[in-house]
Amino acid sequence: MNRFAGQPLERVEDGRLLCGQATFVDDVSLEGMVYLAVLRSPIAHGRIVRIDADGARSMAGVIAVYVGSDFDSLPRIPTRLAPLEGVERFLQPPIARGKVRFVGEAIAVVVAQSPELAEDALEKITVEFDALPAVVDWKSATAPSALLFEANGTNVAAQYSVAEGDITRAFRDASYRRRETLYCHRQTALPMETRGLVATWDAREATLRIWGSTKVLWFNRKVIAAALGLRADQVQMMATDIGGSFGVRGELYPEDLLVPYVSKQIGRPVKWIEDRREHLMTTNHSREITCDLEIACTPQGKLLGMRAYLFADMGAYTRTNGGIVPSRAAMFLVGPYRIPAVEFHVAVFHSNKTPVGTYRGPGRFEANFFRERLMDMAADDLGVDAADFRRMNLIKESELPYSPGKLVPFEQPPIYDTGDYPADLERVLAAIDYPQLVGINGQEIDGRRHGVGLCCFVEASGAGARENSRVILEADGRVSVHTGCCTVGQGLTTTLTQLAADELGVDLARVILHNASTENLEEGFGTFASRGAIKGGNAVIAGVQDFIDQLLRFCRSTGGGTANELQWRGGAVRSRDGSVLLDLADIAVQAAKRGKRIEGRGNYLGQGLTFSYGTHAAHVAVDARTGVVEVLDYYGSEDIGNAINPMVVHGQLIGAIVQGLGGVFLDHLVYDEDGQILTVTLADYLVPTATDFPVIRGRSYGDKRAATNPLGIKGAGEGGIVGVAGAIANAVAAALRPLNVRITSLPLSPMRVWQAIAEAGEAAPG
Amino acid sequence: MTDVAITLTVNRQQVTATVEPRLTLAGFLRRHLQLTGTHLGCEHGVCGACTIIVNGAAVRSCLMFAAQADGSEIITVEGLAAADGLSPLQRAFRKHHALQCGFCTPGILTTMHALLQEEPHASAERIREVLAGNICRCTGYLPIIEAVLEAAASYNND
Amino acid sequence: MKPAPFEYSRPESLNEALSLLAGDEVRPIAGGQSLVPLLALRLVTPKRLVDLSRLIELRGIKVESDGIRIGALTRWCEILSDARLGEHHPLLREAVRHTAHYQIRNRGTVGGSCCHADPAAEMPAIAVTCAAEFEVMSLRGRRIIAAREFFRSVFTTALEPDELLISIRLPTWRPERRYGFQELARRQGDFALAGCALYWDEAGGCCRDPHVGVFGVAETAIRVPQIEAALEDRKITDEIIRSVARTIRDVTAPPTDLHATSAYRSAVLAVLLERALRASLHDPSHHD
Repeated sequence: MNRFAGQPLERVEDGRLLCGQATFVDDVSLEGMVYLAVLRSPIAHGRIVRIDADGARSMAGVIAVYVGSDFDSLPRIPTRLAPLEGVERFLQPPIARGKVRFVGEAIAVVVAQSPELAEDALEKITVEFDALPAVVDWKSATAPSALLFEANGTNVAAQYSVAEGDITRAFRDASYRRRETLYCHRQTALPMETRGLVATWDAREATLRIWGSTKVLWFNRKVIAAALGLRADQVQMMATDIGGSFGVRGELYPEDLLVPYVSKQIGRPVKWIEDRREHLMTTNHSREITCDLEIACTPQGKLLGMRAYLFADMGAYTRTNGGIVPSRAAMFLVGPYRIPAVEFHVAVFHSNKTPVGTYRGPGRFEANFFRERLMDMAADDLGVDAADFRRMNLIKESELPYSPGKLVPFEQPPIYDTGDYPADLERVLAAIDYPQLVGINGQEIDGRRHGVGLCCFVEASGAGARENSRVILEADGRVSVHTGCCTVGQGLTTTLTQLAADELGVDLARVILHNASTENLEEGFGTFASRGAIKGGNAVIAGVQDFIDQLLRFCRSTGGGTANELQWRGGAVRSRDGSVLLDLADIAVQAAKRGKRIEGRGNYLGQGLTFSYGTHAAHVAVDARTGVVEVLDYYGSEDIGNAINPMVVHGQLIGAIVQGLGGVFLDHLVYDEDGQILTVTLADYLVPTATDFPVIRGRSYGDKRAATNPLGIKGAGEGGIVGVAGAIANAVAAALRPLNVRITSLPLSPMRVWQAIAEAGEAAPG
Repeated sequence: MTDVAITLTVNRQQVTATVEPRLTLAGFLRRHLQLTGTHLGCEHGVCGACTIIVNGAAVRSCLMFAAQADGSEIITVEGLAAADGLSPLQRAFRKHHALQCGFCTPGILTTMHALLQEEPHASAERIREVLAGNICRCTGYLPIIEAVLEAAASYNND
Repeated sequence: MKPAPFEYSRPESLNEALSLLAGDEVRPIAGGQSLVPLLALRLVTPKRLVDLSRLIELRGIKVESDGIRIGALTRWCEILSDARLGEHHPLLREAVRHTAHYQIRNRGTVGGSCCHADPAAEMPAIAVTCAAEFEVMSLRGRRIIAAREFFRSVFTTALEPDELLISIRLPTWRPERRYGFQELARRQGDFALAGCALYWDEAGGCCRDPHVGVFGVAETAIRVPQIEAALEDRKITDEIIRSVARTIRDVTAPPTDLHATSAYRSAVLAVLLERALRASLHDPSHHD
């Protein structure tokens, strides 16, 4: 009896956001609060010879100054995911001790009466360095000239290989092979709200309260509590509004230990708000992977084998995400295709750059680009149409469930459960008018060359442990719902409200969906990899079902009828004949009279990952004289199993496509050969603005429900971004094919496209 | 440093204060007046999240000092809504899903309010051009343009 | 990202402003759209800011017999909304359409942009191309500086620390004038990777008195005399357009930076020059 799920309802969280009444972390203000600022390394690699902070300590308005040695009791930051063997030797200390390993690494912190004074004091701290050569790429990482951790004797943290099928035979027997080295550049998610924290130590209650954390509150709480010598229940993570996450926010960063530690030391509330320069230097970077990829095919284009060597630049340290980015890149190289034999070799190395973590569609954006680009090169060599090449190799619905094999060392083999991959491709071909566009591939029209490109993908979600929920009857008859999944801007509040209201059979206004907070839920997990609706949604339903049981039990205990006679229907307790005996407000009054709290609890574990799938198609025009690419049309499609709020999931799709287009054309974190980051303002790190990509179309729909969870949801946050690089790179390559231009590397900034054209011109005979 | 006395009007209320010269107008609104709807996304004049309306014109409040605002009339996002609820522009944002995380939204609302007051017949192209001064990482901008186009009718008095 | 401390003054008269500017480490602030980011990043740390906003005599555009005089405090939005410029300086208006964004245009000033002297900015490019004159004052007196003298290098002008830019005069725009403006920026409103502003007077189908300025490709915006000489008294044909597009690559040596290499800027500049020249062939009445 769904009244709300499936409806494109306006969001319940919008009212306060539209009126400036939201509470983001920098809006939290506590009595006696002071401000923390961080002194950060100006060099990429070097020993700290001496720190002189006396000048800062003696300044008016400065409360305290701490350097690395003051934090000796704090441990290194542990991994939360993907514990590839070897990466544990490269964990990040919360503050540099003896050595700095990237520009932006914390060296000292100042606490002062105002943020301005705190920054003034940073300028009075002098640090003497003994600079070391910087590691900036695979080549310098494997040369012995500079070791990030001398004790480790290497900068290569981990290497592994996975294989399925007979790869030797596949390549030996294949009449056609193609091998290319492809590269995806370094980017970051850049949420509009930078990171920030407010921490306060309540000595009377011996409790630490922290605002500004999100994503995985319970994990972070456990680490913070252990680091500070507290029990987990002495640390409370308070809910705030969150200005975008996209994977980078909410991981346990150094400041998540430094700020609470300092607050406890000085016994006052401490606020730290990351500025945008710090954000670009210290919040997780992502995507930088080189892939040496080879495929083997029949002369008709049927895939026989795929072999890859992936080199992932993880930056200076292994952070909480462990090896998830490179291992997902390897896992998703197979994509939605039937490939009888695969062999992937993954090398994870460290460099003197900002550490790497997840960014929306981690590993997928990269892998889909690598695979789809090489497939188009192969199709071109073989004279097969790009759509036909995909039609031939896409896994058919009749072949599902399908497992591509054990491709991740720390996980069971994934299973593609449900879907109709070829049907999605056909829908997108029709939507973009592929037959017409393929006819103008490479042609010059109005002075620009046109091209159409495709990318098919599968996308996994629903990862991670059990999610919990708690459903409580409030005194006014409304129902509070708590889960461990955080609203970070993606509309999860509305989505979960819709599910809870349907399950209860009440209006939306009856349900108060609370953002995640450790105060309201003893144990939860979190929000990442588009898992909110899957794990949180199913957990909320379980919690509501238990809540209804508790309501009925309460009503029976108060003599409202015998066990068989009472039932919950249409948002009320009814007798067998259907007449309403008690509604929620009545029960709340009864419960209050008896001093009884009515509360349901639920949880949802699930069975492995969900696999959504989709297709992207792009039509571009390239000005070959300047390298400027215009996206004339873009269509993204994804079957997400079940769309709880079609408006919200459409918003996710369109927004993610534009973010992905930024990742193809604009977003680029640039370092010089000394490991100095050059892109630390928004004038240098470029993201899409409203005029860049005005034509974006697409559809997220629920067709083939996931077999792995009761709601059939497959996750909706990332399908919009994961196919963009593949589709656009293929479209640009198609447009420039008559010029024999090789497109194997991102970004496709005008200059890089122009350079690729110039190189083709030089390589051309005559 | 010598503090500066200022008197200005914020959301139709007169305010007097003494401020440090280096305090930005955004910092003044947020920390002195607790008008925290004005957000700081970059503090160097690129992202547009801090946009407010000063004497009728949309400006970046991170690129102005409070001292410079002496004598000005200021409208922030908190001053846009009608007493009885959301303004037509705000309602259109909600209807078209023109916000997700909402962090950039106050700066976009103030920018578009100022634009539509001046140019109630602004075309989609003009709206897009003006919107290019605000960065949004969530929506891809398309629904924002739809929302503004719809709300434009309510600014038409002719 | 908070500015270092400074004192603040808001003089009521030009004389008072000039007296304040005679002090040590003083910076004038107009719209602040270039200066405040530098303050926020602590790249600039003056002891005192002198707010020019009360100096109403520095505001506005005057159409005079020898050209248009733009007060240093004139804002971009005023240029864009000044209907007189369609006749009196369409090139200026075309260029300013590429300058920054809506909110910046509401506060950013012509004088501020010129004194900031970004080599990729449009207004300095127009000033250089059009042989503008800069009127500057200090307590020591008034002087006029030619545009090509005013811009010395990247972020460096001929202004002495105590001098204030008062106005910029762009010489009279002739009715028979043809113009073109082209730039390539990564996104709308960004500083150009390279750009070209040019005009010439049509006389009997030929090009007279061509002014060709380029920006984003040297330490300041520059005119290109070799191109101007090649165009002088010539009919602008496809052939000559192709020829000067080749020449410009030989006579400019653009810098390499984070955003583009020298080679790319050079190639793009040639294309922009070509496109600006083609645009200039259109009848000026087709420009609004």
